[in-house]
Amino acid sequence: MNDTVFTPNPNAARQHWMSVLARAPAIAIESALTRDGPLPAWTRVRGPETGLVMVRGRAGGSGSPFNLGEMTVTRCTVRLASGATGHAYIAGRDEQQAELAAIADALLQDPATRDVLCDSLIRPLAEAQREQRLTRAEKAAATRVEFFAMRNMRS
Amino acid sequence: MSMSLEAGFADPVPDAQRCFRAVLDAMAHPGRISCATGVTAPSPLGTAAAAVVLSLVDHETPLWLDPEAAMARQWIEFHCGAKVVADPDACAFALAMALPALHRLPAGSHESPETSATVICQVDSFGTGRAFRLHGPGLREPLTLTVDGLPSDFVSIWRRNHRLFPRGIDLILCAGDRLTALPRTVAIEEV
Repeated sequence: MNDTVFTPNPNAARQHWMSVLARAPAIAIESALTRDGPLPAWTRVRGPETGLVMVRGRAGGSGSPFNLGEMTVTRCTVRLASGATGHAYIAGRDEQQAELAAIADALLQDPATRDVLCDSLIRPLAEAQREQRLTRAEKAAATRVEFFAMRNMRS
Repeated sequence: MSMSLEAGFADPVPDAQRCFRAVLDAMAHPGRISCATGVTAPSPLGTAAAAVVLSLVDHETPLWLDPEAAMARQWIEFHCGAKVVADPDACAFALAMALPALHRLPAGSHESPETSATVICQVDSFGTGRAFRLHGPGLREPLTLTVDGLPSDFVSIWRRNHRLFPRGIDLILCAGDRLTALPRTVAIEEV
């Protein structure tokens, strides 16, 4: 590739909220969506349905791809009365979470509801998930063991 | 995504199995009318055409759409994960609202005749229109099939296809929620 101009990913915002929703418990999504009234009417376009997805990896991040293993994934696609279509893919088998995440994705695509929902739903969830990650990283760091022999051998 | 994405099969596994069985029966008994339902078909597809596409087509079977069927492209790509190809010669399935030029579709090779294309063609109706006499494997006695919506020179088109055996195109005709199949082995005469 000789095109070195940085182009921002147009889907970055949606990728962010979809990844936050995929990690959020169903009850948290539901309580945020129903804070100002009932859920909007929706129809199921596909699912929620559970299946297996093959996770592939590369040795060292750059080797040839290999199959790491299969993981359980639940996906759902819904359509709101407004016509907006929302998708969700989540790890595990929580169909309710997948459906609520898809509804939230549809609502977040609508410019009229996006900002409010970003503040009431996505930001607190993202913050909670970040804290959880930090706590876990701190716990892990506190019990870290350095294998000097291996480190010296590699460097 | 578009503003009009519709649902696929209401109950995907049993509905797809029932439809697959209907296609299997239709292929084994050329000209026999089967029924395929369970799906909200997107325009311009009928219920049967939509159900057959959902049952047979997936990411491993390149699909060619005629210009009218391409209106439902987004629905097909979403529910089947199908790879839509622009070149009819590269397809495994063709979905058409009018009989496409069969000679432009892959007819398979003598070594692998199973690599030929299967055409899912929507017609206006069965039981009205022109009558055709079918005979061949799967038919103890010749059978009369009445179809409205096939081209006027269909018998000669089919004769060319039938002569290619073991190569050749298999045809699934759909009208509303009903379907019938014309495998390459069936011989067709005008009544």
